[in-house]
Amino acid sequence: MADLVTFTIDGKAVKAPAGTLLIEAAKRAGIEIPSFCYYEGLALQAACRMCLVEIEKAPKLAVACTTPVAEGMVVHTESPTVATARKAMLEFLLTNHPLDCPVCDKGGECELQDMTFRYGAGESRFTEIKVHVDEKQWSPVVYYDGPRCILCYRCVRICDEGMGVGALGIVNRGVVSEIAPNAGDHLVCDECGMCIDICPVGALTSGAYRYKTRPWEMTHIGTICTHCADGCKTTLGVRNGQIVRGNNRDRSGINGEFLCMKGRYAFDFVHSEERLQAPMRRTGDNFEPISWGEALEMVARKFNEVKSRSGRFGVIGSNHTTNEENYYLQKFARQGLGTSNIDHHRTGDIATLVDALSGREDALATTLDLYDSKAILILANDLSQQHPFLAFQIRANRRHHDAHIYVITPGPVREDRYAVRSIRAPEGAELEAVEQLRDALQGESGLVILYGDAVKGDAVRRLVAFGDSLGIPVKYVALVDYSNSRGAFDMGLTPDLLPGYQPAPAPGLNYDEILASPDLDVLWVVGANPLKDHALASPGAFVVVQDLFMTETAKRADIVLPASSAYEKNGTVTNVCGQVQRLKAGAKVMGVKPDLEIMGLIGREMGLNLGIWKPDKVFDEIRSAVRGYNIPVPALAAGGAAATSPLNGRAPVPARPELIRSSRDTLFTSGTLGRYSKALGELLEAPGSLYGGR
Amino acid sequence: MPLYNEPSPLEVKVLTRRFGLPNSASIDTYLANDGYKAFLKAVEMTPEEIIQEVKTSNLRGRGGAGFPTGMKWSFVPRQSPKPKYIICNADESEPGTCKDRVLMEYDPHQLLEGMMIAGLAVDSKKGYIYIRGEYRYLIDHMERAIAEAYSRGWLGKNIQGTGKDFDIYTHSGAGAYECGEETALLDSIEGKRGIPRLKPPFPAVVGAWQSPTILNNVETFCAVPAIIRDGGAAFAALGTPKNGGTRLFCLSGHINKPGVYELPMGFNLLRMIDEVGGGVRNGKKLKAVIPGGSSCPVLKAEECDLAMDFDTVAKAKSMLGSGGVIVMDEDTCMVKAMLRIMRFYAHESCGWCIPCREGTTWLRKILTRFHEGLGERGDIDLMGDIAKNMLGRTFCALGDAAAMPMISFVEKFRDEFEAHLAGSCPFGQVHELALA
Amino acid sequence: MTFSPELEARFAKMLEQYPPGRQRSAVVPMLLYAQDEVGAVTPELIEEVAKRCGVTPLQVNEVVGYYSMLHKKPLGKYHIQVCTNISCLLVGGEELYRRASQKLGIGNKETTPDGRFSLEEVECIGACSWAPAIEINYDFHHFVTPERLDQLIESLRKTE
Repeated sequence: MADLVTFTIDGKAVKAPAGTLLIEAAKRAGIEIPSFCYYEGLALQAACRMCLVEIEKAPKLAVACTTPVAEGMVVHTESPTVATARKAMLEFLLTNHPLDCPVCDKGGECELQDMTFRYGAGESRFTEIKVHVDEKQWSPVVYYDGPRCILCYRCVRICDEGMGVGALGIVNRGVVSEIAPNAGDHLVCDECGMCIDICPVGALTSGAYRYKTRPWEMTHIGTICTHCADGCKTTLGVRNGQIVRGNNRDRSGINGEFLCMKGRYAFDFVHSEERLQAPMRRTGDNFEPISWGEALEMVARKFNEVKSRSGRFGVIGSNHTTNEENYYLQKFARQGLGTSNIDHHRTGDIATLVDALSGREDALATTLDLYDSKAILILANDLSQQHPFLAFQIRANRRHHDAHIYVITPGPVREDRYAVRSIRAPEGAELEAVEQLRDALQGESGLVILYGDAVKGDAVRRLVAFGDSLGIPVKYVALVDYSNSRGAFDMGLTPDLLPGYQPAPAPGLNYDEILASPDLDVLWVVGANPLKDHALASPGAFVVVQDLFMTETAKRADIVLPASSAYEKNGTVTNVCGQVQRLKAGAKVMGVKPDLEIMGLIGREMGLNLGIWKPDKVFDEIRSAVRGYNIPVPALAAGGAAATSPLNGRAPVPARPELIRSSRDTLFTSGTLGRYSKALGELLEAPGSLYGGR
Repeated sequence: MPLYNEPSPLEVKVLTRRFGLPNSASIDTYLANDGYKAFLKAVEMTPEEIIQEVKTSNLRGRGGAGFPTGMKWSFVPRQSPKPKYIICNADESEPGTCKDRVLMEYDPHQLLEGMMIAGLAVDSKKGYIYIRGEYRYLIDHMERAIAEAYSRGWLGKNIQGTGKDFDIYTHSGAGAYECGEETALLDSIEGKRGIPRLKPPFPAVVGAWQSPTILNNVETFCAVPAIIRDGGAAFAALGTPKNGGTRLFCLSGHINKPGVYELPMGFNLLRMIDEVGGGVRNGKKLKAVIPGGSSCPVLKAEECDLAMDFDTVAKAKSMLGSGGVIVMDEDTCMVKAMLRIMRFYAHESCGWCIPCREGTTWLRKILTRFHEGLGERGDIDLMGDIAKNMLGRTFCALGDAAAMPMISFVEKFRDEFEAHLAGSCPFGQVHELALA
Repeated sequence: MTFSPELEARFAKMLEQYPPGRQRSAVVPMLLYAQDEVGAVTPELIEEVAKRCGVTPLQVNEVVGYYSMLHKKPLGKYHIQVCTNISCLLVGGEELYRRASQKLGIGNKETTPDGRFSLEEVECIGACSWAPAIEINYDFHHFVTPERLDQLIESLRKTE
């Protein structure tokens, strides 16, 4: 901790560590100094000159964004001189800024508009002709309106420093300077849209959102992205039950300003024309819509019939449904149907890691550790493609703390560009390759190891042994694919582990065995698509599918029940790092029900008593019943993330490496769900590929 | 090599002493006239002694800002394990200034020697001369001189058996006034847009390629051999207190004998115009002088009886700047002159910060309209106001460079601006150029 | 893309003169020298310079629009640059520019149909004490009178 200095700001005596930038020190003292170009965490620009302040004894006004606080400094942030100077800056800005606020997407949430109101620079003395250039479309999702641009360079920096892409630059000089994309007249990039969110004005606008609504006409719902496992908060702008946009401009949640393409635009599957909106019953080769009452009655009757004759059930749960749903599903299977034949599509080996780390307090890394750790080792994963937020955190760590990044992957990855060492090793050879890094890693003061699906079973145990042998604190992340892959494991959606990794007394059939079982009587699939790449061996199985779409699996179903997506329901999900966050219902879709409710209703129809199927009630049960999940509720309720605590006690399971199969999604794919997002499909870059070094 | 202009008998020739000699640019002429003696002397001195000598000379940066050179050199962390670089700013672009051209053209080895001595002072082994792209012939010329120095063992490894190494390269700019700003020059030499950098850190600590760097103007480096050879005190004695030595003044505009002249610091401006420059041409009366390149506030004729050194000109609320003395006679339309100056700054503003980017263009547009007879009464105050809103608030000095003349023109020649409100230029001058 | 042997030699030297890993430094001079040979900064040239200097084409493109001497449109064989900045203005720079424009029949930053001449009104070229001055390609001409300008243009019309 640097020495504290004492200085005065607007008459208030304040202490701050020496070297703190005045603008930050003021913010911590509750004084907001306005700025456009300053953006916490990105390189300093001192370009917009909005943060001018008066420092006593200084010959001229100083910019607060680059002035470090000093002992005895006396600062005035709103003196008449300062206010006049800011008004003058706004007047300069507005000389060439079109006054098209009434038709500008940003109107109502524009920083320039806010500032103009604040400093009363609404009337301009500028009567000359403004510089005009036409608006340009750079990609299906990014538009640039040069005249509105105030050249704060936030977009350029977030793309370069934050994303490691560098797709935006500045061309021309002086008053005709403008932002330009990397591929001549268009962008080839991650299409993350960070440039749009970070733009303080309406220069960069979103293809998905343009001219659709005004900010004040929407309800803003903070929920968790339903695509990859990183668990980014996305704020859905909802109007009349329709999601109009996703963004994270308020930098809330674990991801701060970060959102990738999927979190920002791939909400559109919600309103896809292909959404199922009524239960369906198979009639020969076709389906006919039926009422919820009929559907539930048919499913319950079948379940009771098979249960009563001790027939064979197979239950496959989801990587996208909530913890409450997953918990309820396994309870339903085990207690309601009397079967342990339950599993889900496993995308990474968490179970072995949990067991290998048994008894340790602090060995599972959170997303915050990725930003703080002195060193990071990435094994067998194209992080910028598969875990864009984790990659973003690591880039920020390197930028702000000079963290050392080590990479062992089968092909080139973006992380190579800032890694201190990059090793190419075929999948399965990671544990041999780590030995090459032993000396370097031993010199680090702490390490986080992230590993992809290629490291599984015994390799995970060997990896932990390697970590132990380094003699430094090591934390781990088992990389998994989807928004609740981690939660599915934690909630016991496996035949051999109960919730909280407690060994099941009598393990049932696993994923592959269920599908391969020739005498399966019932296959119940909740939010998964196993028949996309598997055959169902039992010809006579009665198949019940809960899903959003008519997937390959749904097409084989006898009864299809239309389910709500994550954006239409409440509940919790657990991200790849074990952080639990709340989903909040935003969109409304007619005819569908949340999976939890569907299960509850089937149970009621069957005459079971599995407890109340309200998310909050189920979560209470999870908190008391699932090891690691006794987390503080207030943080969650406030929209924050709570880390599940590490397990104390073994989770002995046979390693089943063959069941661990990542879908290898890129930035522009998202399993079965991704197929129903038009936004993803129409991108030039889609579907992309892993290990292309991008 | 004929000189561009006849020398004046009033000149005190230190940096220009070899000008006019046969083959003055050749290394033989240089060596025959005390060339490289200072380097050999400096080899025998400690870095501290070299820097002290430069401090004693009261040499102040000749690029325009007038920062004491010895002090600048002393900021370089000599013990840093990083390489150190010597960069010569030959991006001469300040309107009214054309001295670096002649220094390189007539005596290129003097510049090389100055850079080499700077190298000794801060333990640097590499120098780069950043030459504006328009001076292509000088890039070729300097490269010839550099090649000559290598072939004669005055550059490269173990120079003249001294055990000292030094390499010098040229680097071409490509047309950007802003790159004369030292940190913008650094970005430019790194292959980027010439955008000024945040200071601190100063180039002496973090300069080119993240390394400690000495960055000086051509004329500044050219003064160094004489300082080391004859002693800092001798150089200092040529000028006024705190303003050591001579400097090259570039007389231009309405003057009988325009030219570049080396005169002692503190030379009287009126004498410079009348006795060195032969007076205002065509027998006209003097109206105004811009004393140090177009960035400097204009002086009215009656303000011109002053000593041309940094401090005296500053006291007169203008600047000695880069030595570009622009003389304007009684028939000059000051609105038009100001318009041309503002067109320049609007064209050259790098666009990085808001007040400079928008302010220069706004002023240019008002001045254009104003000079065309479409001015409005409020415009005069507005122009002054816009300039004052820029002054001291821009990222680098370019904003000030545009604001200061604007403020001074409006203040000192308000009557001419008022006269334009009548509908036309009282001097019958029309601004017809295609460029806006 | 390849250039003349002389230019290739210059580029090879250029890429070596900067500190290791700092080849980006060669971007601006490489563009300018290549433009002299190619006639303009073409998209292919941008790609080529990016490749040679180890940067992205965008990073090169950022530079192209920044520097006044880099042109994306082809210049004439003789690029006539007339300074009209303050020192030249005071002694007839504007008249020279007008004369050149009339004589060549083109305006600022335009090129004659035969590609022989292009004209540009330029900022200070560092010839203030010998004003008015013009630069034709890289050759300076000082104390230029309208008559002298006519002669210069005529003589260039006659060259190969």
